[in-house]
Amino acid sequence: MGNDVVIKAENVSKEYQLGVINHGTLYRDLQSWWAKARGKPDPNTEISEASVYGKNHKRLTGDHFLALDDVSFEIKRGDIVGVIGRNGAGKSTLLKIISRITAPSRGYIGLNGRVASLLEVGTGFHPELTGRENVFLNGAILGMSRQEVTRKFEQIVEFAEIGQFIDTPVKRYSSGMYVRLAFSVAAHLEPEILLVDEVLAVGDINFQKKCLGRMKEVGKDGRTILFVSHNLASIKQLCTKGLLIDDGKVGSFGETGKVISEYIEYFNKKQPAIFERSLTDEAGAATLLRLAVCNSRGEPTDQVELTEGFILNIEYFLKEPLTGLSVGLQIIVDDGMVTVISLSDPEFAPERLQTRMPGHYISSVKIPKNILNTGMYRVRVGISSRFTIYDVVEDVSFEVVDSVGIVQFMGWDRKGSLLGLQLPWDVKHKQ
Amino acid sequence: MLIKPRGKVVTLDLKSVWQYRDLAWMFFKRDFNTFFKQTILGPIWYVIQPTLTALTYYVVFGRIANISTDGLPPFLFYVSNILVWNYFAYCLSNNSEVFSKNANLFGKVYFPRLVVPISVAMSGVVALCIQFALLLFATIGFVIAGNPVRLHLTVFLFLPFIVLYVAFLGVGVGLIVSALTVRFRDLAYAIGFVTQLWMYASPVVYPISQVPEKYKWVFYFNPITAPIESLRSSMFGTAGVHLELWLTNLVVTGILIISGLFLFSRAESTAMDTV
Repeated sequence: MGNDVVIKAENVSKEYQLGVINHGTLYRDLQSWWAKARGKPDPNTEISEASVYGKNHKRLTGDHFLALDDVSFEIKRGDIVGVIGRNGAGKSTLLKIISRITAPSRGYIGLNGRVASLLEVGTGFHPELTGRENVFLNGAILGMSRQEVTRKFEQIVEFAEIGQFIDTPVKRYSSGMYVRLAFSVAAHLEPEILLVDEVLAVGDINFQKKCLGRMKEVGKDGRTILFVSHNLASIKQLCTKGLLIDDGKVGSFGETGKVISEYIEYFNKKQPAIFERSLTDEAGAATLLRLAVCNSRGEPTDQVELTEGFILNIEYFLKEPLTGLSVGLQIIVDDGMVTVISLSDPEFAPERLQTRMPGHYISSVKIPKNILNTGMYRVRVGISSRFTIYDVVEDVSFEVVDSVGIVQFMGWDRKGSLLGLQLPWDVKHKQ
Repeated sequence: MLIKPRGKVVTLDLKSVWQYRDLAWMFFKRDFNTFFKQTILGPIWYVIQPTLTALTYYVVFGRIANISTDGLPPFLFYVSNILVWNYFAYCLSNNSEVFSKNANLFGKVYFPRLVVPISVAMSGVVALCIQFALLLFATIGFVIAGNPVRLHLTVFLFLPFIVLYVAFLGVGVGLIVSALTVRFRDLAYAIGFVTQLWMYASPVVYPISQVPEKYKWVFYFNPITAPIESLRSSMFGTAGVHLELWLTNLVVTGILIISGLFLFSRAESTAMDTV
């Protein structure tokens, strides 16, 4: 290992066994063993979610799931590396292996220096204990000695802005205070290598900024940081390098801006949400032929950016002239609530009175940015005249994602709001 | 430092356990503080439990079954046995599900997992001390009341050794069970009644002097026998414990703790994948 290389991963793979390993009981283990001994299929093999999802198919062989697949990279001293990738790509598994929470299945990782991992704020905090007691407990869990915590105690309390509540049990803290105290302990760790997983998503904005600042300072001392986040804005701001994990492999590693743009590019290209069918003889008077979700540039996709608008393209064919025709659109949240209903030709629009001649039509509608908050949506499109529904297509799904990190950075969440609207507030100093 | 896949060869990393000694102390303090904050009666429980248990044993085994108490007042006999047994059972049961009970913690941060069983053994000493104080005061009471009981101060010499030995034994067995419960969750249910049965195979409700000669060999392989008998003999001057009994018990405990450490170290590297 070179002198300035602090983390070196060589052909690291992590394999999880699905189904079989989760028996958890001796009885079922014996059952499986007995079935195997007689050459029967294992009665306890579960059909895992991953095998149902077509997406991860490559990583699934039999009941083995490759969370990480032959990952190699080198990280130099002082690098601040932003680790990005979609959910389930293997980012967290990588962090867990580097922080020694679990061992790799194959390959090696060499570390040069003391490692501290921050996969969660307030790990081990006990609600009954006071802030002071928890600082010492949490510090010890994170690997600090008692003297070290004692030495930094004043700083920790000051950074957390807890003040006189330090001797109050943390169960009486507000969630903000709790997070501030927890993060403050972690922020005062002095490891050579710091692993951080998405912990900045909690806490209020000011405190988040303070933490980002603190992490930046930490980086200047020649410490190495691995930072996993969906928040591309803070990765861009903080990190000197980017590591893109894609389906368990290293997708890209290098200069932050380059890796981020590759990541966004990849989002826009992958798996378009399209419904398509060809015209058959049995087709009715009006048939929907194609339904596609497209990004702002008109390319089909299944993931659209919160901060960019997107377009729905609908193609249909009319076999005979029809009057009063309209294409109806519903955008439905994954739990069944309808967020948007829109008609291509509203009830009172004069066009609706006209008769539409047979032929091939394309209707498209642009959904402005920041309307739908992040999450999964289902599109349902119907074609109907006033009294007849001719055709319905549903179950084209797409996801609104926030690669720029606006929602997360601002501390909003799907729980809080269905819409991603940014309203124009006005603040004035009252005389 | 090199992170490797879980291999066949297990290396015990006792040096890093020592580096995390402050953490064991913090866990001990946490358990201590929360116990007193969460219970109304606090330490009184440690007195009520052995007292009532001793009373029950007195009625069932002393009066009804008429089992001898080695010439001692029944209360002292039972409490003395119970406190050793309790400490052993505490270490065993609290360590048997270390991985699943601490999954939240173990899944988020690394530290040598052995720190937790060590802190459990430390926490158990609190109850043991309180119960020993109870035994001590009760004995003094019996002496003052004119009972033919004698309090030997040799007990203070033996007690630290007994405690250390039982801690090793309880943690050792606990480690074996905890490593196995990672794979076989239902073993955790079995451990409760196995411990119960084990107690009746140990000289808790009867003295070893009452055991027929032909069954005595069993106790050479039951490593909790020697400490229970030794506490009694060093405190009250009852019949001493054979050296052979101590030696065989020590060997058994040694085997248990070594295999416990081995299995535990093997399990800890990938335990978090399954719990």
